[in-house]
Amino acid sequence: MVTFNSYLVLSAILFSIGTAGVFLRRNIITLLLSIEIMLNAVNLTFVAAGRFLGTVDGQIIVFFVMTVAAAEAAVGLAIVIALFRHRETLNPDAFTSLRW
Amino acid sequence: MAMDVYLFYLLGAVAIAASVLVVGQRNPMYSVLLLIVSFMALAGLYVLLNAPFLAVTQIIIYGGAIMVLFLFVVMLLNVPREDPARLFGGSGTRRFGVALAVALAIELTWALRRLGAIGLRGELPDVSSVRLIGRVLFTDYRFAFEATSVLILVALVGAIVMARKES
Repeated sequence: MVTFNSYLVLSAILFSIGTAGVFLRRNIITLLLSIEIMLNAVNLTFVAAGRFLGTVDGQIIVFFVMTVAAAEAAVGLAIVIALFRHRETLNPDAFTSLRW
Repeated sequence: MAMDVYLFYLLGAVAIAASVLVVGQRNPMYSVLLLIVSFMALAGLYVLLNAPFLAVTQIIIYGGAIMVLFLFVVMLLNVPREDPARLFGGSGTRRFGVALAVALAIELTWALRRLGAIGLRGELPDVSSVRLIGRVLFTDYRFAFEATSVLILVALVGAIVMARKES
């Protein structure tokens, strides 16, 4: 029997990897992928909590998180395409001005 | 040890390894494909957690829809391979980022170790039933469900407006 704590530790490790990716990488697409890793770590916590508390609510929340993740990916990638059209680069350090 | 303990460690190791490689990969294409591997491992963990419907949804929506969107954009932009020297930004940023991530990992692990072992609080009647999920989703969470439709509409309009070429 795997305990709730094991799932929480696994989720914490995945979340830290996602955080490290956001801080370390200089590529907008990889930043968005790191955010997806973090969202999935939180999803794992929700499902494990729902399982160990004996309710189905954890799974319902995950459906909403998935929807928000899909919306975020669509809008984020649209912004990436618009930025790339202006600057021909994916390095976020190149996008320092709000208008040009 | 029982079978589910082995599976937990196997799937957890795959998820962690794939996630580390996503962050360390130079080619964004490989990053996206490795993230799909990580999501598949998480889907396996959902099966272990008695949520098979969620596991299938994870594969269809994350692996099938969101990641294909990412792949599409990576191929559309045809991004050149990153310069290895610039892969992780400046050295100051890198050190600060690594320090913050390690601090977060230590803090979370420390907090979880203080928590003490938590066992099963209750057993779901029949967790795998889609009927139960549907009933709760469309009764207790009906407002959130309807609000989600507005969110998707906003995201749809926003994405089209943002990616459109100004003429």
